[in-house]
Amino acid sequence: MSIASFTTPTVNRPQASADGLAEKVTIRDLDFFYGDHRALKNINLSLYQCKVTALIGPSGCGKSTLLRILNRMYDLYPNQRAAGHVRLDDEDILSPSQDLNLLRAKVGMVFQKPTPFPMTIYENIAFGIRLYEKLPKSEIDDRVKHCLQRAALWEEVKDKLGANGLSLSGGQQQRLCIARTVAVRPEVILFDEPCSALDPISTAKIEELIDELKEDYTIAIVTHNMQQAARVSDFTAFMYLGELVEFGETTTIFTSPSDRRTQDYITGRFG
Amino acid sequence: MALASANAVYNTRRRRNQIAVALAIGATLFGLAWLVLILAELLWKGFSGLDLDVFTQMTPPPGGSGGLLNPIIGSLVLTVVAVLIGTPLGILAGTYMAEYGRYEKLTIVVRFINDILLSAPSIVIGLFIYEVMVAQMGHFSGWAGAVALAVIVVPVVVRTTEDMLTMVPDTLREAAASIGLPRSLMIQKVAYRAARAGMVTGVLLAVARISGETAPLLFTALNNQFWSLDMNAPVASLPVVIFQFALSPYRDWQQLAWTGALIITLAVLALSIIARVLSAQRKTS
Repeated sequence: MSIASFTTPTVNRPQASADGLAEKVTIRDLDFFYGDHRALKNINLSLYQCKVTALIGPSGCGKSTLLRILNRMYDLYPNQRAAGHVRLDDEDILSPSQDLNLLRAKVGMVFQKPTPFPMTIYENIAFGIRLYEKLPKSEIDDRVKHCLQRAALWEEVKDKLGANGLSLSGGQQQRLCIARTVAVRPEVILFDEPCSALDPISTAKIEELIDELKEDYTIAIVTHNMQQAARVSDFTAFMYLGELVEFGETTTIFTSPSDRRTQDYITGRFG
Repeated sequence: MALASANAVYNTRRRRNQIAVALAIGATLFGLAWLVLILAELLWKGFSGLDLDVFTQMTPPPGGSGGLLNPIIGSLVLTVVAVLIGTPLGILAGTYMAEYGRYEKLTIVVRFINDILLSAPSIVIGLFIYEVMVAQMGHFSGWAGAVALAVIVVPVVVRTTEDMLTMVPDTLREAAASIGLPRSLMIQKVAYRAARAGMVTGVLLAVARISGETAPLLFTALNNQFWSLDMNAPVASLPVVIFQFALSPYRDWQQLAWTGALIITLAVLALSIIARVLSAQRKTS
């Protein structure tokens, strides 16, 4: 590896035409600032339609920051600023005129800690549906059921839809959150370390779920777990110190990475 | 040798510890003893005068027989009106501080002033309302009393609302935002729901605080010997009646003062217990 590859990210861009890949989210020349601190440096990356893209890298490398730009979550806080271009289809996400609520309805997010709303299991799902659609009760019931089935939770909760969402176990709560996200009918779903608070069985369920969800949704997942990235993702981006070091098909990244730092990280030599 | 000196050090430390524990227990008992004496006296004298007449008769002239119906109702009305005025204001201000203006300078200023108001002597508040309401209207009134009490309610509710909303984790706000929930709906449907028990506790504590206040009512609602629900006229209240009757030379008035004090104490006790239960529920949920 030459020195040059240390400063410019190695992007093994897949042949879009050959594989029939469509770019859903396109990130170009993206910088991000916490106050004066530049946390992301010149990121160029694409999320492909109905594919899972894993963001990996050591703590503090900016992968969660990158994820939180895609639904403008950072806008909730002062002194945080993104510069560059992020497009969802043909829409400029970073535009000041972007309607944040509509954007977030299209780009859903599942968090590290399960965050059910303090209401019943049924309401947790129905709440999001009613936000954007005026439907008769029977249709909402169907949608709630469908979403819970989609999140592989229906069988476990169908007899206690009136119970508080917080009464579920951690793994169930996380699947409830996935169902809640799906209920709004997003196009992209962002997972921010969705399994780091869960036991291995719950983790396996969530991973299975991600595999099924990618039929309909474009997915990005931040994870600290290399095996998880290898298992669930089609593409992997390795980030380090706010830079995108390498991006490519997961099999390539994990078998023959072209950057030395990627190799060191995935083999556990640092991070 | 080393062991012997170590034992000496250890023994000294142990003796010091025993002295410190004894002092701490002594101080606790000293404080508790007065409280027990006060409560025992109150229960003793209060219960002996507690009968149905207290709740059905008006305050008597000296020497006559009567009860505390008008001050009990007066206190209830004043408290309810004060809470109705103070709670919405307090919740809205607390919501601004915790949700919309969390990073604004204005919030820091408001919080500072609110803390001053929280510990302002209630007689100052009474004099202030006397100046701006009673003096302007030309007479004492129930409205003035309720507003004076509301001024005491507001900072308590502001404080608890802000504290309880700040305790709602940001992850829950982010989760609400992540499904495209506008901020106003997030506050109403998610944050208030998560903080509800704590906010209700705050209102109950504010009620407990004002139900024994005398000073702000002396210059505002004054007192009324007769049955009156006219908020434009002076209104009787338990604390002021207790104040007046306890200072009087008449035995039956003094007895009614004791009984009134007992009623307030029991009401505040009940409110505190409800507040405790609610905040315990918050911790378990």
